[in-house]
Amino acid sequence: MSSFLLRRLVHGVFVIWGVVTAVFFLVRLTGDPSAFLVDQSATREEIAHTRHLLGLDRPLYEQYAAFLVAAPRGDFGTSIRDKRPAMALVLEHLWPATVELALAAALLSTVLAVPLGIISATHKDRATDHVSRLASLLLQSMPGFWLGLLLILLFAVELRGLLPAYGWGTWRHLILPAVALAAAPLAQNARLVRAGMLEVLQQDYVRTARAKGVPERSILYRHAFKNAAIPFITVTGLSLGFMLSGAIIIETVFAWPGLGRLIVQAVPGRDFPVIQAGVFVFALIFVTLNLAVDLLYAAVDPRVRLS
Amino acid sequence: MTRRRDKGAALASLIVLAAVTAAAILAPMLSPADPVKNDLLERLAPPMWNAGGSAAHPLGTDTLGRDVLSRLLYGARVSLVVGFVTVIISGAVGVALGMVGGFYGGWLDDVLMRAGDVQLAFPVLLLGVALLSVLGPGFGNLILVLVVSGWITYARIVRGETLSLKHREFVEAARALGALDGRLIWRHLLPNVWAPIAVVATFSVARTIIAEASLSFLGLGVPAPTPSWGAMLDEGRNYITTGWWLALFPGTAILVVVLVINLIGDWLRDALDPRVERGI
Repeated sequence: MSSFLLRRLVHGVFVIWGVVTAVFFLVRLTGDPSAFLVDQSATREEIAHTRHLLGLDRPLYEQYAAFLVAAPRGDFGTSIRDKRPAMALVLEHLWPATVELALAAALLSTVLAVPLGIISATHKDRATDHVSRLASLLLQSMPGFWLGLLLILLFAVELRGLLPAYGWGTWRHLILPAVALAAAPLAQNARLVRAGMLEVLQQDYVRTARAKGVPERSILYRHAFKNAAIPFITVTGLSLGFMLSGAIIIETVFAWPGLGRLIVQAVPGRDFPVIQAGVFVFALIFVTLNLAVDLLYAAVDPRVRLS
Repeated sequence: MTRRRDKGAALASLIVLAAVTAAAILAPMLSPADPVKNDLLERLAPPMWNAGGSAAHPLGTDTLGRDVLSRLLYGARVSLVVGFVTVIISGAVGVALGMVGGFYGGWLDDVLMRAGDVQLAFPVLLLGVALLSVLGPGFGNLILVLVVSGWITYARIVRGETLSLKHREFVEAARALGALDGRLIWRHLLPNVWAPIAVVATFSVARTIIAEASLSFLGLGVPAPTPSWGAMLDEGRNYITTGWWLALFPGTAILVVVLVINLIGDWLRDALDPRVERGI
């Protein structure tokens, strides 16, 4: 168990190193940000001075070495646009805005998926099942950002501002972006619960439970779902990662002041430090989630050996 | 749903997909107007069945007075070409690397799989935003980005299958008869992995079309004024109060195409390989 944990931690560190290294070299191919930072009348000396302040006049390997020393301490430099530490800026946007959105969407997509999937499974091949499967298929085939636009069209325009179209602050602002972000994972989760339940409901122990007169409700939720839930855990953990990725575009649609939007806005201005810090944080969360999923998996299913 | 009904849905989907493909190919003939021609006098005309609409612009015009139907027809080209070309290239790259990695193992296999791990820690859109801001928007770069984020899925599946196949009797027998590695891979391993690959590839076309639309929506797709569905949604979103059709039609087009491809994928999965992505 502990050797498993150690190996996974080493692996996680490696993945994060790979990600930040890739981004380090990637952003330096984009061109020189110093031209954006000085006004148009700047002399060659002024541009050179700016490059020097940013360390961009040093050889690439020196910049990379300095970066590798500073990055583990969370020091990604100063944002070129905001003139503040990049990591502080990233964390401000991650918490609370992005976390709030991702958690709300994750909650919505899991909590609703369980009853939907179970009902679909117990009503297999009947009207309820067909409607639920069709809805899942539609939601999975729809880009989340377009669903977002449709929600804005319906709730903010047609229903005359029943819910706000843009911005952040109250729980009413949270509803539309969270629904847009949750839709596709909800559909996928419901299909997964359905498939898992159909498989488990045919097992002998379910028949035994029925035979000895256990109430159906208890069979569904206590006997069957507990076992059907195992693949569900993996997908839920991974879908949290998806939420972060989806947040990049959903935050842009709803002008949600989160990390995804911060990164999208940092790209055209070549704000290296912010891009690097943001990607680092994304990768860190993703790797941690993966590890948590594996550990949880072993905790709920004793047949899984961590080795 | 019963298998027969799945088959019917798949058949209907194939017909729809063929029709969309034909419409994309025949766009110059079918379009009522030039898709990139501005006409500011005609801007934001509603669809023909609305008050103020005209048959000259059946689905209305956008903020620059361009014909929405024509742009949709031409936009289908971008979605379909990007979707299929990306899947063909990333499938070929992924299958080749996965097979070589699984067959030979060793450091090459390690490097490939670790690169894949790094890749998977990168949300696709984040990678797209980062890469396209470096490379600049454009058709080729868009496909490149989607290939870079897509190959690993194929490589992992093929590698896993290869690992379990390469010690099976029929492979050992062929090797004992003197078959070289190339022949083993080409004649004995490849035919056994194509079924799961075909299923994954079909679903990937759908996912790729959504990814392309997302990147175009963020302004990182094919450069303006070439019409693409994602970019049309981006242009339309600021006019959502005055021009609902600008947000509705391109999204519906994406939905229909992605939906029919998913239905074909569902059917293909059940028909070819019941083990892959069961129930997801």
